[in-house]
Amino acid sequence: MSAAPLLALDAVSKRFVRRLDAAEKIVNLFGGNRREEVVHAVDNVSLQIAEGEVVGLVGESGCGKSTLGRVVAGVHAASSGRVLWRGRDIDSLSGAERREATLKIQMIFQDPMSSLNPRMRVRDIVGEAPRVHGLVSSGEVADYVDRMLLRVGLDPSYKSRYPHQFSGGQRQRIGIARALAVQPDFLVCDESIAALDVSIQAQVLNLFMDLREDLGLTYLFISHDLGVVEHLADRVVIMYLGRVVESAPAAELFADPNHPYARALLEEVPRIDTRKRVFQPVKGEIPSPLAPPTGCHFHPRCPHAMPRCREEAPALREIAPGRVSACHLNEA
Amino acid sequence: MASTETPAGGAAPVRPALDTPFRRFLSDFTDSRLAVLAAILLVTIIILAVFAPWLAPQNPYDLAVVSIFDARLPPGSQSMDGVTFWLGTDGAGRDLLSAIIYGLRISLSVGVASAIIALTVGMIVGLLAAYAGGRIEGLIMRIVDIQLSLPAVLIALILLAILGKGIDKIIIALVIAQWAYYARTVRASALVERRREYVEAAACLGLSHARIVFRHILPNCIAPLIVVGTVQTAHAIALEATLSFLGVGLPQTEPSLGLLISNGFEYMLSGKYWIAVFPGVALLITIVTINIVGDQLRDVLNPRLQK
Repeated sequence: MSAAPLLALDAVSKRFVRRLDAAEKIVNLFGGNRREEVVHAVDNVSLQIAEGEVVGLVGESGCGKSTLGRVVAGVHAASSGRVLWRGRDIDSLSGAERREATLKIQMIFQDPMSSLNPRMRVRDIVGEAPRVHGLVSSGEVADYVDRMLLRVGLDPSYKSRYPHQFSGGQRQRIGIARALAVQPDFLVCDESIAALDVSIQAQVLNLFMDLREDLGLTYLFISHDLGVVEHLADRVVIMYLGRVVESAPAAELFADPNHPYARALLEEVPRIDTRKRVFQPVKGEIPSPLAPPTGCHFHPRCPHAMPRCREEAPALREIAPGRVSACHLNEA
Repeated sequence: MASTETPAGGAAPVRPALDTPFRRFLSDFTDSRLAVLAAILLVTIIILAVFAPWLAPQNPYDLAVVSIFDARLPPGSQSMDGVTFWLGTDGAGRDLLSAIIYGLRISLSVGVASAIIALTVGMIVGLLAAYAGGRIEGLIMRIVDIQLSLPAVLIALILLAILGKGIDKIIIALVIAQWAYYARTVRASALVERRREYVEAAACLGLSHARIVFRHILPNCIAPLIVVGTVQTAHAIALEATLSFLGVGLPQTEPSLGLLISNGFEYMLSGKYWIAVFPGVALLITIVTINIVGDQLRDVLNPRLQK
């Protein structure tokens, strides 16, 4: 992992602001106290992903992992910070280079129903982008779509059908074929198997791994399912309320989690040998991202919280080669 | 439609060849006998309007045929040439049945033309508002709000007072009075659609904004537009009749239904009811049938209303 990273995030933040409407501005004129509501969905995240790596991004719902995936895929623009593709800031690129970088990063979505346009036939869903971008000539689009469908394990004779005529797993394969059709190097999988049956989940996971071998793809695999991530990822990044709290090689993390949140999270992975164990849920609710706790975001729920945790946000520190964690305990 | 969803993870359903979306639509639509009756009536009315020159007993605009000596004859009476006037004649001696058929032609074409133009304008503006968001959306939707808070008749009256008479003028007035309904409808459904993942996927695939709006979002907003379009066509026809009745709409020489009613109104008190009542009944049937068909379309095309 010493080579220049394929994709790097440099202090990326994404804020969602609900601006005041006219009525609230008038209220403020008369001494009201309405403020803009700001959600720091992604807060100052830096991340490097090397070519060929599979990075698992985990966290509770609402921790900003999907938003981070969308920033990487270019669906949302970052509020601050830079997204670097092969060492170059995507925002600074223009024209053909920018298009190239955009196409090289593709996204596989969670909901296989709403991620396919219900009014388009499969051949148009898969074939539209390569045709528009001139990746294939219009005469070859039909053949090209057939190849893409075969690659994801679908029968090309289905290509005149509409998405609603397929099952969930098949629809997800269509979504994958659509992404592959623009010849990406990097796939962001946003809970891509969460909406599928368990048996279908395994098939789609295997498809992801086959594609990785055949096409040399790099993955950012966003999931709340730690079992899947353990099986799949080389490295795992754990997010809590918009911040990265720990990043480590998968085997090390699962063997010995460092951050208290990571530990709490991993204890809840169901395992066959711990079937009789009593579950200890992480205590408390995930705080509102509108008003995150001061200092370390995790301190209200942390069993090891110290007074310092309330005041000072811990920085990510290297605790072992290739392994970082953000906790004050590591300094003690 | 909700019924077409297949359970996730199942095998691909093999559909019977007959079960196309159109057939499903047809069988849903024919659930209501009233709607079928209305649809048949509406088709009849449209055929009458389109083929008026061949179907009407008389050309009411041809001054060589119309005779002032036949004026104000009651229904069923005969002309001096032995032609029967089934619905009587109006103040100028025109066969009322023919005048109604020709009037339908004008009323319908004004209604349909203004609805299509207003739909196109409103659709583009509404899509722009939903897709652009922010200040542009705020500005457009405030204009829509202002527009919708003024009575359509009032807007049309003012415009016609400025523009003058004529079919083109009245179409312009109706478009300006009605585009806002379409804009609001399209914006509402486009707002929902643009948050869907397939729009994000299209952005991810580097497709242009125009392509995303017109090829991806628009086709998914068509159903409510069709419904609003049908109902607004009926409104446009009623509005045109109102304006003609008030004397600001169409010229006397080619009367629409509204103008026929207006012309007959002066004879009501002298007992010559037919001159105003029959065009009124024709107008009523036209508007009611369009509305019933539109309501049924709304029920069929909106999956949330399905039982």
